[in-house]
Amino acid sequence: MFGYIVRRALYALPILLGVNLLTFALFFVVNTPDDMARMQLGAKRVTPEAIENWKAERGYDKPRFYNDKAFGVSKFTDTIFYDKSLKMFAFEFGAADDGRDIAEEIRSRMVPSLAIALPTFLLGLYVTVSLALLLVFFRQTALDFSGVVLCVAMMSVSSLFYIIGGQWLVAKIWQLVPISGYTGGLDGARFLILPVLVSVVAGIGANTRWYRTIFLEEVSRDYVRTARAKGLSELRVLFRHVLKNAMIPVLTGVVVVIPLLFMGSLLVESFFGIPGLGSYTIDAINAQDFSVVRAMVFIGSLLYIVGLLLTDISYTLVDPRVRLE
Amino acid sequence: MLGLALLGGCADVWNNPYPGEGAGEGILYSAFISRPKHLDPVQAYSEDEATFLYQIYEPPLQYHYLKRPYTLEPAAAAAMPSVLLYDASGKRLAPDAPPQSVAYSVYEVRIKPGQMYQPHPAFAKDAGGNALYQWPDSERLGDRKAISDFSDTGSREVVAEDFEYQIKRLAHPHLHSPILELMSDYIVGLRDYAKKLRDTAAGAASVGWIDLREYPLSGVEVVDRYTYRIRLNGSYPQFPYWLAMPFFAPVPFEVDRFFAQPGMAERNLTLDWWPVGSGPFMLSENNPNSRMVLVRNPNYRRDETYPCEGEPGDERAGLLADCGKVLPLLDKVVFTREKESIPYWNKFLQGYYDASGVSSDNFDQAVQMGGQHDVSISDEMQDKGISLLTSVAPTVMYMGFNMLDPVVGGAGERARKLRLAISIALDQEEFISVFLNGRGVPAMHPIPPGIFGYREGEAGVNPLVYDWVDGKPRRKPVSEARKLLAEAGYPNGRDLQSGEPLVIYLDTTGTGVGGKAQVDWLAKQFRKIDVQLVVRSTDYNRFQDKIRKGNAQLFYWGWNADYPDPENLLFLLYGPQGKVKSHGENAANYENPEFDRLFERMKAMSDGPERQAIIDRAIAILQHDAPWVWGFYEKAYSLQHGWLHNRKPGRMIRNGLKYQRIDGEARAVARREWNRPERWPLLLVALLVTAMGLPAWLDYRRRERATATVNEH
Repeated sequence: MFGYIVRRALYALPILLGVNLLTFALFFVVNTPDDMARMQLGAKRVTPEAIENWKAERGYDKPRFYNDKAFGVSKFTDTIFYDKSLKMFAFEFGAADDGRDIAEEIRSRMVPSLAIALPTFLLGLYVTVSLALLLVFFRQTALDFSGVVLCVAMMSVSSLFYIIGGQWLVAKIWQLVPISGYTGGLDGARFLILPVLVSVVAGIGANTRWYRTIFLEEVSRDYVRTARAKGLSELRVLFRHVLKNAMIPVLTGVVVVIPLLFMGSLLVESFFGIPGLGSYTIDAINAQDFSVVRAMVFIGSLLYIVGLLLTDISYTLVDPRVRLE
Repeated sequence: MLGLALLGGCADVWNNPYPGEGAGEGILYSAFISRPKHLDPVQAYSEDEATFLYQIYEPPLQYHYLKRPYTLEPAAAAAMPSVLLYDASGKRLAPDAPPQSVAYSVYEVRIKPGQMYQPHPAFAKDAGGNALYQWPDSERLGDRKAISDFSDTGSREVVAEDFEYQIKRLAHPHLHSPILELMSDYIVGLRDYAKKLRDTAAGAASVGWIDLREYPLSGVEVVDRYTYRIRLNGSYPQFPYWLAMPFFAPVPFEVDRFFAQPGMAERNLTLDWWPVGSGPFMLSENNPNSRMVLVRNPNYRRDETYPCEGEPGDERAGLLADCGKVLPLLDKVVFTREKESIPYWNKFLQGYYDASGVSSDNFDQAVQMGGQHDVSISDEMQDKGISLLTSVAPTVMYMGFNMLDPVVGGAGERARKLRLAISIALDQEEFISVFLNGRGVPAMHPIPPGIFGYREGEAGVNPLVYDWVDGKPRRKPVSEARKLLAEAGYPNGRDLQSGEPLVIYLDTTGTGVGGKAQVDWLAKQFRKIDVQLVVRSTDYNRFQDKIRKGNAQLFYWGWNADYPDPENLLFLLYGPQGKVKSHGENAANYENPEFDRLFERMKAMSDGPERQAIIDRAIAILQHDAPWVWGFYEKAYSLQHGWLHNRKPGRMIRNGLKYQRIDGEARAVARREWNRPERWPLLLVALLVTAMGLPAWLDYRRRERATATVNEH
């Protein structure tokens, strides 16, 4: 397995390089260093000299990919792409355009993002798997049919509706929790209840329906009939046998998102005032802060690759027939 | 649900977003939408930054809190600065000398003795009197990541050298002050000084502290411990307004040196993040992604008191009730970031914010319009004791014609009449009513109400776009616009020579809610005169690029005045400020030699009848040439709860927090009353879950107990 992991890690390098290259190209197509300078220096009384100074200070005055005025390897290393993008492979994220250290910012914002994402993930998984198994248990009954209709209805509604509706009903009308905000420690729990609840409810429709499909496919297999013939209760059949054997497709969708939990949620964090990495990314895009955008895209793609690797490894844990070679 | 019950079960109020902070204390709760980019007083320029910075730094001057029109008064200065004028030979001139004879002017500022900086580790000293936290490397910094991690603090008196130091910082090559270019035109030697510092920084082995005290600036002279002089080229009567901004507030060298130490910037310990001032408040918590907190500066001078005089009506409004009380009247101000308007508004209604703006989303809930476009607070708000404050902001929004464009630009009569026809056809009154809920005043020229040069009544009306009928301005009929269009050579919207339809291009960033509706409305306005409008929507960067290069034909733009002087508005049409020619603020690239001459005369004059006459003439030229469709002056609406006192609208006054007062007891009572949790939904949810689960469980039991049946077929 070790060899497999090393090989996958090596495969990841060109993928990350490609993502970096793509982010860099896309960002600079719509956004020149002059635009970035203007964004930082403000709308009023910005002089061309100030823009040139700003660019020079941050290395944005260099050529993008190839420096024909440099010599030797500097033709490639004395460029914006090398300075801003390739150094990230050594986890040197540098400073944001406002001067703040990006690594420090990511560290501090990871906690609020996880505080929302982790309970949402665990609770959501528990609720949707349970509901899916319940629907499977009552398959081909009115309850199953109603459940599927409800799931389709729920997945058709925009997540924004759940957020605004949740804030209106739970926080404004019933006044059970704060509408928005965040604080660390135990006091912070009251701020997390609503966003977690809203996120879980928003995910019920799509996920329950997806797991139901997986489990339905599994319950029609021979081993399930055998288990029933042996006299096992239906609950035992579903939770002990069906769930275990349906783990491969479940894990495919679940494990890959675990590392991405660090990245936070753009919409939820914005509406609930959570100072996490999701709102950091949105702010950076709005401020045209390339340094932050590229760092977040790099981390996002890295975590995604890690998630895929973990998924592969998790297959070996739930299915002994799978070997990573 | 169980968590909810446990968390809130013991409290009267479950939805308090400020755990651990008492509603009854002198704390003002406010919100901010955009995070400030800079908190360094030589860099910060936007309103988002001013909200914080003006409370922390105290420049030499400030605006009187209650008087209108805006009046400057001393803040850190002991008195208003004295101004001495000199001619080219160095001979002193009379104060009323003609501006053209003035070669340079000297502002002498005497500051109040005994002012102290906020407590800060940069001032902490060891037993030997040396700076306690001054280290050669980053190792001794340890794991300190915030200013509060430094256990020892100190303070010292504000002296004239600190003001000089800050003026020098304007030229610092790494700080990029937005006003450096402007001030280099006035402060003697500042341009050379900036170059010298650039050379010094370029020659330095590493980026570190440049001790500006070692580099003299010829235009600034420290006379004694409490007095300094600023020497300006020529006459610049608007300069005192700049002295009311943090660009000219004192910055002690110790603070600059402290933050320049190795390892500081990497931990986000910079003056741009942790401002250090002598103002009424200091920043105690800085998380601009979530929360920023100002607390009372314990070292703030005790001679700053609430004003005892203001405008007529201020006493009736209760604005003089705190006359003579020592400022600030608040202990703490908590700013919470609210990116979205819905949570912001709902928290205001729950009493968790003391004041709020009025957005389009909540306008109908907050405000009711009368038949004569008069506005008042809605009954729902009134029942909560909320009041409405309105004022016209020193902001002008306009639609500019690119005067370099071959169709709409130029000084020719054909283009001028076309511009005038469009100006008449675009019904600003309708725009304000439809898109701004009446929050605007149709503009007649660049100068908004409340600023010298603005005229009320018939004298202030643009006679080329409006008629004065029954004591009110009335927009000229569309037939007048059609007539002008025909005179311009476009009868019925077609070019007389080529027969082609006239097409006008509007460049806009028109995104967001209502963007499409506004574009449709505009097209309808142009159709009134049979002109086709083509809207070229683009992103902000491309739009700016087009304006800079002069590639736009028609565009929306606006300006928020820096200070209440007509010079700061009329310069938007001053020829040498042309965007294409000199990257200035004249986005229309308008150029009229007579207007330029009048502007140059007017800007060097003091307010008075002579200045008004020149402004009138300049405005008449602008109205004749019509380089802008005069849009509207923004009207600011603001709501406040009954427990918040001493708030007076005034966009120029950015240091207003020190005057405001909170009745904490009244707020605590209201919050308790307005936020009683509804516990029954918890019970209902529990019942629902049971009601849904029970039949399923019963059915499961039934199935499990059922006997097997055999299908005989």
